[in-house]
Amino acid sequence: MDDTIAAISTSSGVGAISIIRISGKNSIEIVNNITNIDLLKKESHTINYGFIYDKEIMIDEVLITIMKAPKTFTKEDVVEINCHGGVAVTNKILEILLENGCRLAEPGEFSKRAFLNGRIDLLEAEGIMDMLNAKNESARRLAMNNINGNLSTKIRNIREKLIQMSANISVNIDYPEYDDVKEVTNDNILAELNEVEIKINELIKESKNGQIIKNGINTVIIGKPNVGKSSLLNLLLDEDKAIVTDIPGTTRDIVEGNINFDGILLNIIDTAGIRETEDIVESIGVKKSLEYIDKGDLIIYLLNNNDELTNEDYEILEKIKNKNHIILINKIDLDNKLDKSKINEEYIEISVKEKIGLEKLKNTIRKMYELEKIENSDYTYLSNVKDINNLKECLNLIKSIKENIENDMPIDIIDIDIKHIWEILGLITGDTYDEEFLDELFSRFCLGK
Amino acid sequence: MNYEIIVVGGGHAGCEAALASARKNHKTLLVTGNIKNIADMPCNPSIGGSAKGIVVREIDALGGEMGRNADKSLLQIKMLNNKKGPAVQALRAQADKITYPQEMLKTLQNESNLDIKEELVKDLIVENNVVKGVILENEERISSKCVILTTGTYMKADILVGSTRHREGPHGEKPSNYLSENLERLGFTIKRLKTGTPQRIAKDSIDYSVLKMEPGDDCYHTFSFDNKIYYDKEKQVPCYLTYTTDETHKIIRENLNKSSMYGGLSDIRGIGPRYCPSIEDKVVRFADKERHQLFLEPESLYYDDIYLQGFSTSMPHEIQEQMVHSLPGLENAKILKYAYAIEYDAIYPTQLKQSLETKLIENLFTAGQINGTSGYEEAACQGLIAGINAALKIENREPLILKRNEAYIGVLIDDLVTKGIRDPYRLLTSRAEYRLLLRSDNADLRLSKIGYDLGLLPAERYKKLESKKQKIEEMLEFLKNNKITPKEEINNKLISFNSSPIKDGIKLYDLLRRPEIRMEHIKEFIDIPFDEEVIEQVEINIKYEGYIKKEEKEAEKMLTLENKKIPENIDYYSIHNLASEAKQKLTEVKPTSIGQALRISGVNPADISILSIYLKKNHNYES
Repeated sequence: MDDTIAAISTSSGVGAISIIRISGKNSIEIVNNITNIDLLKKESHTINYGFIYDKEIMIDEVLITIMKAPKTFTKEDVVEINCHGGVAVTNKILEILLENGCRLAEPGEFSKRAFLNGRIDLLEAEGIMDMLNAKNESARRLAMNNINGNLSTKIRNIREKLIQMSANISVNIDYPEYDDVKEVTNDNILAELNEVEIKINELIKESKNGQIIKNGINTVIIGKPNVGKSSLLNLLLDEDKAIVTDIPGTTRDIVEGNINFDGILLNIIDTAGIRETEDIVESIGVKKSLEYIDKGDLIIYLLNNNDELTNEDYEILEKIKNKNHIILINKIDLDNKLDKSKINEEYIEISVKEKIGLEKLKNTIRKMYELEKIENSDYTYLSNVKDINNLKECLNLIKSIKENIENDMPIDIIDIDIKHIWEILGLITGDTYDEEFLDELFSRFCLGK
Repeated sequence: MNYEIIVVGGGHAGCEAALASARKNHKTLLVTGNIKNIADMPCNPSIGGSAKGIVVREIDALGGEMGRNADKSLLQIKMLNNKKGPAVQALRAQADKITYPQEMLKTLQNESNLDIKEELVKDLIVENNVVKGVILENEERISSKCVILTTGTYMKADILVGSTRHREGPHGEKPSNYLSENLERLGFTIKRLKTGTPQRIAKDSIDYSVLKMEPGDDCYHTFSFDNKIYYDKEKQVPCYLTYTTDETHKIIRENLNKSSMYGGLSDIRGIGPRYCPSIEDKVVRFADKERHQLFLEPESLYYDDIYLQGFSTSMPHEIQEQMVHSLPGLENAKILKYAYAIEYDAIYPTQLKQSLETKLIENLFTAGQINGTSGYEEAACQGLIAGINAALKIENREPLILKRNEAYIGVLIDDLVTKGIRDPYRLLTSRAEYRLLLRSDNADLRLSKIGYDLGLLPAERYKKLESKKQKIEEMLEFLKNNKITPKEEINNKLISFNSSPIKDGIKLYDLLRRPEIRMEHIKEFIDIPFDEEVIEQVEINIKYEGYIKKEEKEAEKMLTLENKKIPENIDYYSIHNLASEAKQKLTEVKPTSIGQALRISGVNPADISILSIYLKKNHNYES
């Protein structure tokens, strides 16, 4: 609790403005070191206009809110930096903060501090205990994890479905002589289960894509020597209106740079130092390229329009089949020697030199990660690895239910797993058991002697 | 006369409480308003049912009486859910309403440590918040070390029919007019509850030709592990099924305002059971349902009443006549007893410890409907536990508290004292988290040792159980030591069982693990030299091993929270950051463990974190 924590508190990649929040006893001092404003002389609860600097380089024009303890969310000194949206700028500012003595906050750590400080130090203080007094756990989770209502609704809908299935089974069990309650069979359970499975799969996919947009797409550019890898990289860099950064502590070791490709964050994975020298980059052979395929979320494979396909090309095309990949045929400004009919999938024709085809590349990436969908649905994905793992656990349970149905397990055994899935989803939304289940039972069925 | 334990009430809770206490060698008095009504079944003529049937087996395994007594008086028996898994199967029987109480009375009268007295109890003798005995309505004072209240629906009982309210107990019995006021004076929160019972119809006035017969099952199961009776379907008395009609619904809708519950009476405070709604409720709340099932159940071999299950109502008599006559097969039915609703006082059950001792008054225990439950089985098991714990209290020993993974009885009591009630509480399988552990078939394996250690289960019964356990082990060994080999004859059989043929020898144990193979198939290969009940255990344990292990693991998790004890005298209002609802609920329930605290509705996980931190800081508590 002695250290000062920082995190981006808006969803990244979307929105015109991002907010970085810093909390802890050194927060004002640290921010003071990276801005032209003399924050130490500013009153508490003021908004200040100025610039953020990385040493001598001006990074962004910002508004800085300072709030001194104890009247803050965490009861510590809190600074909020409103900067221009876009992943790169925001990440860069975060990075500078980390370099200047902040520690990256763990998920929910701000709330945790609010909680702990409220308890230990200033028991009588009012106002800050909203989180603790939140009526139910889901409201609390919402505060803790930034799960937004839209996502909770999706999960609650799945839970609703499951509770209906389970309530039906329970009615069969507890009122076996009542013929007016539909007998639940393994067959109709299976159909409903498939629906649940599809919905959970969608959530996982959206969440994965969501994570990708938030953290950037780990991208590997491969291709034969002289195909134009470094030129492509430089072109992308040119396109990046912001700054290429390193994110410390995360992927520094392998990520060469982050390119904000018109709103899409690409983490270019360093294939032995793409940017180091032209000669080295271009001399990376096919073998070396193959090694990098596994490291990327997205493989951009560059071919030369002015060259014939070789066995090596076929080998790589085969290798990247199961990865997200984009085939670029570069140098379309030169004579065509490449037999395009031999490439049995989609490709994009570009000319790095003439800057042709970049728009198409961008759209392909957007489509591939369903970025429109994510942006439109306004941060509905789960960003928490634990939550995503919980969803995967649900899928495993569904698989096991299907096996058990196959093996003719009795319905009450099947019900154990259905309830379990329901409980796991409840962990994500923070909904507790309570009387929910019995209410469902008694409100939907006419039961009793 | 001095007694160690006085039991007030002779219903199903009172009988078990008195027997347990007397059998544990404590001089016991049972006070009841009418000896003829001991172990009476004032509502439906059946024992058991989903979850409830398992409770009867649990009572039996602990050395209680209900199972044995039910076996003596069966008219019909069924194993419910026999097409589903073993976890949810339960016995349900029609019990003879004459034989059952008669047999129970005999048992009580034969108990040497037990006296029975016919009188109503008016008040308790309490000194310094410790109960010292009871005061009867005739002003007689009887002292004792412990008192167990099992007053059923008798406290301030009102019978409601149409626009009439009469202060009387079931069957016009004398109600207990003073006790609940005196309890209130002692500081108890009293809750008004309501239940109802349907009409009794003259057996001969029913036209059975248009009704569907509901026979019993051929059944070798019994409620008591003592008994080995085979019930032949043919020798059992059938039930019959009929349905409400459009006409019935029309009569009900047109006369709704005459029902006590729908305007006939304006002073209704009692809350009725959700699982057992009146026919008015069903017709109103489920207006789009075309018809409702009604079962005609025999009450006894010795008289003519047929119980019309599903038709409970508080309509005036003349409307009841119309309603009954609108039912197929009952056009000319003669109503012997009209349906009624009954309102009564109960104690809000969060005022109890898990031992069923009240928190307010030491040595005072309550059990049964007074605690807000409904059902004979729910009452009996609480009576048994209250009887046991009153005895243990006198013996200065720790109370018996069954955990949620040990018995439905544990689920029921924990629910009552932790969550309280909204309406009369009925056990349901869905109330149990570990259904697969709490089976009908393994109640003896779960609880017999406890019953034996308490001195309630005879040594002979316990020896039998030990031998069963040993046989189960032996049979597992047997299945592991015997193989079948890939002979053509064997593989043909396997194929005929829809199982794949084998290439190498396979242990019977592993063969049985195949989902499609059951013990009956194994018997085709080899003679199994074990009893049916041993085979049943082994088969269940092998077939459901994965799920049983899973529930056991979950139960262990629960137990670690259960073992995080909370000291008794915590001032929750001094813990500043607890939500106010949590403060109030924790103060009310006074949970004994973090596990129990978590189950209180209105107490959130975050409150639990705060509580844990507080305990750690102030009570050297390990979280």
